[in-house]
Amino acid sequence: MDNAYVPFKEANAFYGNLYQFLTDLTIFGVSPIPDWLAYLIAGFLIVFSVINTVVIITTLGTWVERRLIARFQSRLGPNRWGPWGLLTPIADAVKLLSKEDTKPDGVDSWVFNLAPLMFIVPPILIFAVIPYSHNAYISNLNIGILFIIAVTTVPTVAMFMAGWGSGNRYSLFGAMRGVAQLVSYEVPMVLSIVGVLLFVGSLSMVDIVERQFVPFILVQPLGFFIFFIAISAEMNRSPFDIVEADSELVAGFHTEYSGMKWGTFQLAEFIAPFGAASIMTTLFLKGWEGPILPGPLWFFLKVGFVWFILLWIRATLPRLRVDQIMGLAWKFLFPLGLINLFVTAAEVLAWGDPTGSEIWLMAGINWTIAVVCLVISSHLVSAKLTTRNSVLENAGNN
Amino acid sequence: MVDQDINKKLDTVQMMVNMGPQHPSTHGVFRMVLAVDGERIVDVEPHIGYLHRGSEKLCEGEIYVQIVTLFDRLDYLSNLNNEMVFCRAVEKLMELEIPERAEYIRVILCELNRVASHLLFIGTFGLDVGAMTPSMYMFRDREKIQSMFEAVTGARMMHNYIRIGGIKNDVPDDFIHRMKSLIVELKKGLEEADKLLSFNEIFLARTKNIGTMSAKMAIEYGVSGPSLRASGVPIDIRKDHPYSIYDRFDFGIPIGEIGDCWDRYYVRLEEVRQSISIMEQALYQLPDGDTITPTRFLLRPPKGEVYVRGENPRGEIGVYMISDGTDKPYRVKVRPPSFCNLMTIKDLLIDTYVADAVVILGSLDIVLGEVDR
Repeated sequence: MDNAYVPFKEANAFYGNLYQFLTDLTIFGVSPIPDWLAYLIAGFLIVFSVINTVVIITTLGTWVERRLIARFQSRLGPNRWGPWGLLTPIADAVKLLSKEDTKPDGVDSWVFNLAPLMFIVPPILIFAVIPYSHNAYISNLNIGILFIIAVTTVPTVAMFMAGWGSGNRYSLFGAMRGVAQLVSYEVPMVLSIVGVLLFVGSLSMVDIVERQFVPFILVQPLGFFIFFIAISAEMNRSPFDIVEADSELVAGFHTEYSGMKWGTFQLAEFIAPFGAASIMTTLFLKGWEGPILPGPLWFFLKVGFVWFILLWIRATLPRLRVDQIMGLAWKFLFPLGLINLFVTAAEVLAWGDPTGSEIWLMAGINWTIAVVCLVISSHLVSAKLTTRNSVLENAGNN
Repeated sequence: MVDQDINKKLDTVQMMVNMGPQHPSTHGVFRMVLAVDGERIVDVEPHIGYLHRGSEKLCEGEIYVQIVTLFDRLDYLSNLNNEMVFCRAVEKLMELEIPERAEYIRVILCELNRVASHLLFIGTFGLDVGAMTPSMYMFRDREKIQSMFEAVTGARMMHNYIRIGGIKNDVPDDFIHRMKSLIVELKKGLEEADKLLSFNEIFLARTKNIGTMSAKMAIEYGVSGPSLRASGVPIDIRKDHPYSIYDRFDFGIPIGEIGDCWDRYYVRLEEVRQSISIMEQALYQLPDGDTITPTRFLLRPPKGEVYVRGENPRGEIGVYMISDGTDKPYRVKVRPPSFCNLMTIKDLLIDTYVADAVVILGSLDIVLGEVDR
């Protein structure tokens, strides 16, 4: 339980061995690589491998996403390139890299060119603090979750840069919607995280996993629900994809981008669900911990499961309108987040370190509250959204 | 009090947004110049004419038999209905008797075309609202109808199947059997779309009370078809002025309540069910016999003029034709339903959001080939 910070050098076998190898390397009795350089090389290699793993898994993820959504829609999906179409992402990348990079007249060059870079770095940065398994992480920041909250807001700035710099009105629409959406959904998202943090008492992602007596989804159902919706909105996933609503705004903030700049935006948008699934796994599903199977596999399975649900929602639901999305955040999620926070705080006050039966009591109370709150508030929201819910009574009567 | 002072200082500037003719959701080459204040639409200026091919003028230079192909290309989603209304105009002028079997096959195929057109509407309307799965389901089912058309008429879209005096050729031998299995599949597919989309909370939120068209307004604009019936006006030419053999079938006219986007959507969905019921009855009654009354290739209808109306998937299509006794018509005027329905767009769009503009335009179900002719 009381897990002291293990320096990454010792924690990660790959890193440790590499560092050891580089420092022990002697040629004719001289050690050519100084200590700091060995540290740097080993660090660079591990970061390089993590970033590339993320990117490669995401590229494969695009294939899975397209195939799965095709199955949802009773289509086949891409199946021409390689076995089962597995090489389609590579073909896509080659195509995007070889495409002409057009730049319309009247764009603000600096802002326009910088936006894709700013958009893709933050989703990758998330993976710096995610623990993949026991002692397998790049950094165990003591403010891990704060770091994630801070980092995930940066793409919105990039989005606004892209929308503003393009000099296109559809882009501007998308950018404005994106900013409004982020400002609204940051509040319920943080409120739902606070519920978890009250139990854990630490902001470190590793501590959050290791101090989960049960997966927090059991004792924080409402928090999980709010977090799930809020992070979907932050990533601009369906049904909150108003930022690039393809039927309204053509492609939203990246309408004017082409070639690999557009590809960068797309890649970042495909990385984001993995990042979100990782955060959810860590916060609510007990991270890497699980019986029998090894840690990384558990982590990957849980991430895959959450990611699949995000995909499922994307294939099923229509898109909300911009004012409805803001209404949902402030009138629906925000009060629920406050309720969740107060209930959790009271429980933490009552049972600081809950035992077995107390956990189940807590889970029961929280699930009841969650169901009651959701039913009541969904009725309230629904009544506001739709005044009338009757079928056409006249249909086929005459 | 303080709030009002702040609001006075917050001057907003209107922005012009050019929606179309290259836009994913204008359903063809339609252009709207929107004046927006934030997300709210203040003014709309619709522009049509990007697909103008001069079909009506072209008709004056073709012999009667050839004009059928031009009518195929008016509303390219309901080709057979268009063919039928033109053929009926010529037949009325010539006072031609149509064989019983040909009438039945015409009706079956027209209703099938109506189903195909409405399925496409349901799919693309889902797409306008942001749901991508219904469109795939609907295209899957529509594809089966297209295959059926291909088997019967030889073409997937531009059929030229309904001829003056009857139909081109008799249906294949296994027509009834194939139609029956197709109807079963269509019913299943429709239920899927109904379950997936119609009562989805988000879909309801996006379409209920959006773009409400009162019955008075609809009648004043000359709106027809499902868009009119969604406003609660039970006018269907198949029922009120039965043509062909529509008086032999028992079917209902679905009617909406207030004429919002959801009503226009659900009326069409219900109409698919009614069309399927018409097809079932027609298949049951299908008689044997000839399929065409032979006519001369170079038809010369008597001098005179005629107006014929029919119920297309989009509304009332009218053909006004003047014959001067030669082998080519003197004048052909088409009353296109999409054109009249589209005229309401300005009234419907003002004071809605940009996202609603797409939904309202989609709910009117226009085909630009017919608007511009």
